[in-house]
Amino acid sequence: MVVAQRQSLLGIFPTAEAAAEALDELGEKAGITPDDFDVLTSSPYPEGAFGEKPVAHRLYIFPIAGALCGFSVGLLLTVGTQMAYPLITHGKPVIAIPAMLIVMYEGTMLGAILFTILGILFESRLPSFGVGLYDPRISEGYVGVVVSTTSDKVPVVERVMRDAGAADVVAGPPRGS
Amino acid sequence: MQERPVLSDRQINRELLDFVLHTPIWFWGVLMLLGLVFGAGFVAVVYLIATGVGVWGENWPVMWAFEITNFVFWVGISHAGVMISAILRLTQAEWRRPVTRAAEVLTVFALATAALHPAVHVGRFWRVIYWVFPYDFFRGIWPNVRSPLIWDPSAIFTYLTGSSLFIYSVLIPDLAVARDRSTGWRRTFYGILALGWRGNPRQWRLQTLAGILLSGLILPVFVSVHSIVSFDFAMALVPGWHSTVFAPYFVIGAVWSGVAAVATLMAILRFMFKLHNYIRPDHFDALGRLLLVVGNAWFYFFLLDFIFGLYAREETEVKIWQARIFEWPFNALFVIFLLTAYILPVPLLMMRSVRRSVTMMFLTSVLINIGMWLERYILIVPALQYKQVLQFSWSTYQPQLPEWGLVIGSFGLVALGVFLFAKIFPIIPIYEQKESQVFAAEVKVGKVTVPGVIRE
Repeated sequence: MVVAQRQSLLGIFPTAEAAAEALDELGEKAGITPDDFDVLTSSPYPEGAFGEKPVAHRLYIFPIAGALCGFSVGLLLTVGTQMAYPLITHGKPVIAIPAMLIVMYEGTMLGAILFTILGILFESRLPSFGVGLYDPRISEGYVGVVVSTTSDKVPVVERVMRDAGAADVVAGPPRGS
Repeated sequence: MQERPVLSDRQINRELLDFVLHTPIWFWGVLMLLGLVFGAGFVAVVYLIATGVGVWGENWPVMWAFEITNFVFWVGISHAGVMISAILRLTQAEWRRPVTRAAEVLTVFALATAALHPAVHVGRFWRVIYWVFPYDFFRGIWPNVRSPLIWDPSAIFTYLTGSSLFIYSVLIPDLAVARDRSTGWRRTFYGILALGWRGNPRQWRLQTLAGILLSGLILPVFVSVHSIVSFDFAMALVPGWHSTVFAPYFVIGAVWSGVAAVATLMAILRFMFKLHNYIRPDHFDALGRLLLVVGNAWFYFFLLDFIFGLYAREETEVKIWQARIFEWPFNALFVIFLLTAYILPVPLLMMRSVRRSVTMMFLTSVLINIGMWLERYILIVPALQYKQVLQFSWSTYQPQLPEWGLVIGSFGLVALGVFLFAKIFPIIPIYEQKESQVFAAEVKVGKVTVPGVIRE
């Protein structure tokens, strides 16, 4: 059995409204679903502005994991240094908990922040080597619509994009077989 | 009424990346000037290291003076970033947009400069690493985690790391714009830093969440940093310092001086980079209103510190306040401090015409920071200089030229850092400006049309 090659097309639209309209038309005329397209913009738009799927992520796990790691490191560092040089002052316990809390708190927060940054990059799928199908006009306010479809639907997708007001349509190389 | 010019994405890119992608002749002049100011501090530090800490005017019992004053001052300034960026981000204040990055960058350079001071203060600064990290595995001597001098580096390291990463994470979309609009080595440079950013809904969603989440995480760190700086004093046995109100008093004082520094910086950036479309009188108006609230809160804590100091009628405490208010030269400094930190700026900020005047806001914010520098000096030196019971030697403090050099140089270092950052990266968040244009709306109310913002 021969599987059709897949190909990506990038339509450059002058406005968000034109891009949203094109995506509606693509759904009706070429059977393009939210799984088949991505929208590229130069600023954030309200979620669902282009009919895309809601973004699923697990970002909130990262700061919690980081906080636990940071707390552990802070605890080990403070307990470890005091046990390594047990300085008894005025008969008080060697492990000075109130003093430790400060370093442990900073360790916890540092861990949470570091892991959050890692989480943001991981969930944003960054770093990505090469930007893929992209056009610098997107950073000037144009809206890019990247559609991934089978080769046989490419002419339909291109025509729908142009009819909906795309300033340009760029095709990526075919892939798969 | 708010002004809201309609700007295209292309115009925003062009205007905000102009200084990044092109180098005007005046850049070199300003660079040289700031280099000279920084050089004063550099020479002072080299002289100190070559000669020894005796070149400073410090002597027992005043072993902390200009250096610790400057340290507290710059840590205070560094609180601007989080105050402006995190709180305004969390409350979705629309006027934050042009202000956030400059405030965050000021945080990083002010904090890094502050962190240099304790290191310089020890004279043989290359050995400062021994304080901070466990060392000397052979003799088994470890840093004392019970000392506030260990808490300080841990708090500053967390705050500096968090703030730097925060700046980078929210800078990524703008790095992608710089990548798209540059050529040659610049394109490679911004391309690497942009990490392959495309601007799809997933990335934008995560970017928005990053701003909120990191703001929420950095806020408690911001409060802890200046609280811990206050512990350097409040947990000592020096009369005049061990006050229970010091932590909130320091935090609010830091916000007061930090927000004022942001106003100063915004005025300079607007003038230098011709950012009239982005930093507008209504932004200064909002900053001025914020300053009014913070300034009065700070003065309340100052009064509390003053009243708590006198109410118990503890002899030493009373005498230290007498020295601060009545003895030369502190009496003159105290008057200047009160005038510049509160009496002049707060009534000025109550006037709408002042808040909307860039020049007046610049001058008022500079006044505030002169006052806040003096506040730290008056807090520290008279208390140390007071002759305690059974103290066998004491002396008065006279700042020497190398100390003045250090203070001037620290201003040069922060200014140079912010200036070079603005040369390499956009100092006004580009995507935030574009987002504000996407959500801008005009609402007709009766016979007037009011600019508004749509919020999800």
